[in-house]
Amino acid sequence: MAAVIECQGLNVRFRTDDGAVTAVSDLDFSLNPGECLGVVGESGSGKSQTFLAMFGLLAPNGSATGSIRYRGTELLNAPRGALDELRGNRLAMIFQDALSGLTPTMRVGEQMAEVLVRHQGLTRQQARARVIEALEVVRIADPERRYAAYPFEMSGGMRQRVMIAMATLCRPEVLVADEPTTALDVTVQAQVLRLLDGLKRHTGTSLVLITHDLGVVAGLCDRVLIMYAGRAVELGPVRDIFRRPAHPYTRALLRSMPGLGIDPAEDLPVIPGQPPDLEHLPPGCAFASRCAHVVETCRVTRPALLAVGADHARACHLPA
Amino acid sequence: MSAGPGLLGSETLAAAAGGGVPRSLWRQAARRFRRNRAAMASIVILALIALSSILVPMFWPHGIEDASWENILVPPGAAGWHWFGTDANGRDLLVRTFYGGRISLTIGLLTTVVALLIGVTYGAVAGFAGGRTDGFMMRFVDVLYSLPLIFFIIILVTVFGRNIFLVFIAIGAVEWLTMSRIVRGQTLTVKAKEYVESAVAIGLSRSAILRRYIIPNVLGPVIVYVTLLIPTNIIVESYLSFLGLGVQEPLTSWGLLISQGAGQLDSAPWLIFFPATFLAVTMFCFNFIGDGLRDALDPRDR
Repeated sequence: MAAVIECQGLNVRFRTDDGAVTAVSDLDFSLNPGECLGVVGESGSGKSQTFLAMFGLLAPNGSATGSIRYRGTELLNAPRGALDELRGNRLAMIFQDALSGLTPTMRVGEQMAEVLVRHQGLTRQQARARVIEALEVVRIADPERRYAAYPFEMSGGMRQRVMIAMATLCRPEVLVADEPTTALDVTVQAQVLRLLDGLKRHTGTSLVLITHDLGVVAGLCDRVLIMYAGRAVELGPVRDIFRRPAHPYTRALLRSMPGLGIDPAEDLPVIPGQPPDLEHLPPGCAFASRCAHVVETCRVTRPALLAVGADHARACHLPA
Repeated sequence: MSAGPGLLGSETLAAAAGGGVPRSLWRQAARRFRRNRAAMASIVILALIALSSILVPMFWPHGIEDASWENILVPPGAAGWHWFGTDANGRDLLVRTFYGGRISLTIGLLTTVVALLIGVTYGAVAGFAGGRTDGFMMRFVDVLYSLPLIFFIIILVTVFGRNIFLVFIAIGAVEWLTMSRIVRGQTLTVKAKEYVESAVAIGLSRSAILRRYIIPNVLGPVIVYVTLLIPTNIIVESYLSFLGLGVQEPLTSWGLLISQGAGQLDSAPWLIFFPATFLAVTMFCFNFIGDGLRDALDPRDR
């Protein structure tokens, strides 16, 4: 099965006043047609920057090297015109902050219609019907009236669903959702996730779900990429990651997940220490300083991402 | 939507609005503006001044150039339809004041339009482009800024001759500098917003983003500044005329009338009183409107 997205040796760096910061280093992964890939990591692990780089949305002081291909087309540092043909059309992104993702001066429907006008050459009139249909799909009540609404007249959950509807208007092959539920109420979160799941099933879109919520991953994803300090630490099918986590970081992450019947104040283990400073990454394993099983090699050589099972790989020196 | 009513804050909002077509930000601002009495009164007064500046010179029995040797320096009064009195040439001051209003208001508006067009385009492009382009464009503005306004206009006027249209362009060409700085600053803020990022992510071109996502969102402060720029430009025209660089006789403007009246302050104080009063009232009105707009468009209320 040919991958839709193929990422090889991706490095993302930012120039700052204090020197270069490495946000992503030597990242390899691929995305298969119709699958849902969960990308998990704590803040600053490089999960968002990876996909911002793919969309050509890095901050001006950021630069990316390596390769991210969409069906053979190189996306990294591609000319803006070529990228514009794909963005919003074959590749779509849902941003974390739905509350500020829509311009306050334009009607919601008109804003959504821009995608169709831009990529499918529809007139605003023709686009209107499609937009209203899309609003119905994301179960927004009274879509005819909502078409003419302004963003500030909608709740956060509605706006997030509008963003999802907008991202799917052109039936993209790849949909990247960057923490689509963090800004929302728990009840609305569930709805949004169900919506994404339904989309994936019905349209065959490949979904990338960036999150730090392992519960969401367990419910929705086929494969999981665990990132730490800009590196992939483990990559595998969701079942294997949860049942046979192969990297100490993944294990610690799973242990620190609150569950029912656990008193968080007493029983919830935390991972001691802090993630390393991205300006001064250690030569060895980035997790070494926090790892309970650390050995001498860990501090000296960086572990490669090696297979430990079918389609399951980890970056660790310890015996499996 | 299966969620509870608590999640549908917007539903109640729309219901409060009458449930019809949702109101735009601009319409909400207009509603807040209408509640501001000083601003609304200013609009009425300004409309009256503008309207009478247009109509009075058409119907008044005296023309602006009708000199009369029998009626030199007549004090204000009903006699002979010289309500505001006459000047040293026996010309009726009332008709000249309203005629001057035409010129002053026109200059105020046109120069502001010139400044608005140049300033918004220049500032938005500089702010949106960022980096070296922005640096270069704004340093150019700094250089122009360092030239004294009057010096700049004197050069323009001496090179191209005295012409009322030149005065428009000269003032507008100087006043867009501040406008471009305001717009550029706003653009930098707006550029960092997520909605601009998502506009990039749906593949819109730079110019489409600039026109539909950036400029509409920087207009609030610009509109406020416009209401303050109109009176500024009227004043600039006044002192250009005062210096003899602006409007030329037999045309007149408030500034020119004031400068002529200033020479006869002891003998004929009405010559400065009427045009100065009109000018001052107009300034107040624009400032009240500017204040009202600023409150109405205040982003904190959004």
